[in-house]
Amino acid sequence: MAKSSIKIRAKIKKGACEVKALMKHPMETGQRKNKKTGKKIPAHFIQEVNCTHNGQSVLAAEWGGAISTNPYLSFIFDGAKKGESVTISWLDNQGGKDSMTAKIK
Amino acid sequence: MTISRREFIRLMGMAGAAGMLPASTFAAAKRPSDLYEIPKFGNVCLMHMTDCHAQLNPVYFREPSVNLGVGNAYGKAPHLVGNAMLKHFGIENNSIEAHAFSYLNFDEASRAYGKVGGFAHLASLVKRIRSERGNENTLLMDGGDTWQGSGTAYWTRGKDMVGACNLLGVDVMTGHWEFTYKDKEVIENIGEFKGEFIAQNIHLNEDAQFDYKFSEFSGYNEDDNRAFKPYTIKNVGGARVAVIGQAFPYTPIANPQRFMPDWTFGIKDDAMQEMVDQVRETEKPDVVVVLSHNGMDVDLKMASRVTGIDAIFGGHTHDGMPAPTVVKNPGGKTLVTNAGSNGKFLGVMDLDVRGGKVRDFRYRLVPIFSNQLPADHEMQSYIDNVRKPYKDVLEEKLAVAGETLYRRGNFNGTFDQIICDALNTVNDSQISLSPGFRWGTTVLPGQNITMDHVMDQTCITYPETYRREMSGEDIKLILEDVCDNLFNDDPYFQQGGDMVRVGGLDYVCRPNNKMGKRISNMTLDDGTPIDASKKYVVGGWATVGSKSPGRPIWDVVADYMRLQETVSIKKLNTPKLVGVDGNPGVG
Amino acid sequence: MSTDTKRRLFLKGTLASGVVALAAGAGLINPRQVLAAWPKSAFEAKSVSEAMKGIAGTDTAAGNDKITIKAPDIAENGAVVPVKVDATKISGVDSIAIIAEKNPTPLIANFKMGKSTHAFVSTRIKMGKTSNVIAVVSAGGSVSTARKEVKVTIGGCGG
Repeated sequence: MAKSSIKIRAKIKKGACEVKALMKHPMETGQRKNKKTGKKIPAHFIQEVNCTHNGQSVLAAEWGGAISTNPYLSFIFDGAKKGESVTISWLDNQGGKDSMTAKIK
Repeated sequence: MTISRREFIRLMGMAGAAGMLPASTFAAAKRPSDLYEIPKFGNVCLMHMTDCHAQLNPVYFREPSVNLGVGNAYGKAPHLVGNAMLKHFGIENNSIEAHAFSYLNFDEASRAYGKVGGFAHLASLVKRIRSERGNENTLLMDGGDTWQGSGTAYWTRGKDMVGACNLLGVDVMTGHWEFTYKDKEVIENIGEFKGEFIAQNIHLNEDAQFDYKFSEFSGYNEDDNRAFKPYTIKNVGGARVAVIGQAFPYTPIANPQRFMPDWTFGIKDDAMQEMVDQVRETEKPDVVVVLSHNGMDVDLKMASRVTGIDAIFGGHTHDGMPAPTVVKNPGGKTLVTNAGSNGKFLGVMDLDVRGGKVRDFRYRLVPIFSNQLPADHEMQSYIDNVRKPYKDVLEEKLAVAGETLYRRGNFNGTFDQIICDALNTVNDSQISLSPGFRWGTTVLPGQNITMDHVMDQTCITYPETYRREMSGEDIKLILEDVCDNLFNDDPYFQQGGDMVRVGGLDYVCRPNNKMGKRISNMTLDDGTPIDASKKYVVGGWATVGSKSPGRPIWDVVADYMRLQETVSIKKLNTPKLVGVDGNPGVG
Repeated sequence: MSTDTKRRLFLKGTLASGVVALAAGAGLINPRQVLAAWPKSAFEAKSVSEAMKGIAGTDTAAGNDKITIKAPDIAENGAVVPVKVDATKISGVDSIAIIAEKNPTPLIANFKMGKSTHAFVSTRIKMGKTSNVIAVVSAGGSVSTARKEVKVTIGGCGG
């Protein structure tokens, strides 16, 4: 299996679950020009991110191209226990997608 | 208001405690006939050096004649030069202290009093203070900018300075230019350093939190994400002294981020407050001090917002301040010092600590005159050994100085002008740009300029030069951007450097205006107005974005000098200043 | 606002995007259907006013000091500016949007919180020049904002 584009760290801190995620993605806005050819580099960015815990959505994000290259996302939610899992998936404007599940520590 | 002499003497006695009268503290302190006879006081002696910029041997160093304060900083320390500064601190004209702290009569006084600094001479003073106070009653702190600034520091990747600091017995340090070596080298050097390296304001960035290449480094704390140990506790004179580190907050902005890709900096005064509170709560210290590389204006603002700090020992802005500024904040008062640069001074703060509190203090910024302090033999032989492999290169005579060659000041110094002229001449450009660093030593008229001097002025890990086309608009944008780093009226937006130096370009500068409105009337040397849309050939060095393609700047400057018997400037491209009449920051 | 109301609002939000994205991620539907859900006009809006209308339904939200934005005073790199928005002092927060006032298209992101999710988010954004970062917080139909200026500089020339 290809290596996932998503890295997740989920940890119980002061009773809540803190999730940190890093996604490998160019996040091209569509406004940048290729310096050599002068042609615009086509837009290619993550538009939707969904984070679930026990099948329930805990965070749903809509993004534009101005989220930095290799996006970072962190959030906190209640009601999770050590050993349970969180899943993060993304979908980009060209139909690309990925998903990753990690155990809560 | 008139006060009786009796009242005046009483006030002077209080000044040490309240720090209300900086002039009188200094006047009282300088009385002893021996410059280095520092009366004992209290039970805790904190020694502070900062920004030596790797100057192992004695040098000449001219203090600024222009150091403007804008907004709330107008007319206040450190924005006082020449006579205004002497008057403020009660320093006698034409005295040895007047020479140490001001640019007045620089050439003449330099010839009379000789060179300043030098680690062998500094070592003698430190040893003397340790033996007078008792070793266990002293602590030696280094505010950083120690590993960069000389040829030997560059070629040994800062290791010559780590060795010198170990020999000197530096107990604790923080940093700025230290980070311009590769991160791996920084970690290695800290490993060899026998003291402690501290910084509360450097954290791992988001990427590094997932995969950190120095996860084994002892200073790293996974829980709070700090890359270095934030503070240390030292037992000094029976008191528990907490020292919190504050590295230069804007290192990845002022210097290339590519050298420190995993670390994120910032002033982070909220984190500083948390740290002070936590240290006071858990460590029960008698004294809390901050070893800071913020720059003095940033320290003054931080001291007004963060409570619970007894003293901030500051650096970065190279302000040799004879007395601390006392800053009021909601929790009490904080002393803010700044200890100059280039190895010229040692700050000595004696504290009377009793019952878990600082009761009173005495402070002196002691100038190191190498003729008046014997060289420590062990340190001198270490320095000679370090220099040996590079001696021939460093001592090459390039030319004779036709006038005083210096850098320090808000705008072009004469040595900067030589660098700018060299860029324009050797690289055939119309306009040149050179960074407004505050380090770099001074050469007296008639003195031989050696490669040592050129390295003192140019020695950085990103020395590559460039020659490229820029529009008039681009050039103005650069000038405005750098000018705002210097004259933004909020100190937290000041980066502590001086204005970018220019060659072949004149302009009018209004420091009191807002960004975008400070620079006007740009012309070429011949008076031709700069056209915003026209392209100009610009030469420069020290790009922070990506590496430039050209030769190192020191080769360009050395080539330029070798072509001449005597080097002097034709014209100083310093701007016409508007709105600064009467500002005591102009000499 | 009751938890139930909040939950209903949240479900409305997730139906429009999150759940659909998950379904797409699982290969259940094709991405073209998903694109319709992403609020294109808000993200392509050229002004803060249009962006706010598009994402929060109003451009006249009041400032709220219960919202804190943590971002650097001066960005270390304009292409990677860390921004944290904390609205945990407001109850019943449904969503947090991040806007960079002077970006060519100001809307950067919108985050919809689940019922157990804290009103907090941390991410990294691109900023072309010095500008206010605006956080737009919706809670039970009431919208409020906070702003923090981030300076984007050329850098260099430091002491």
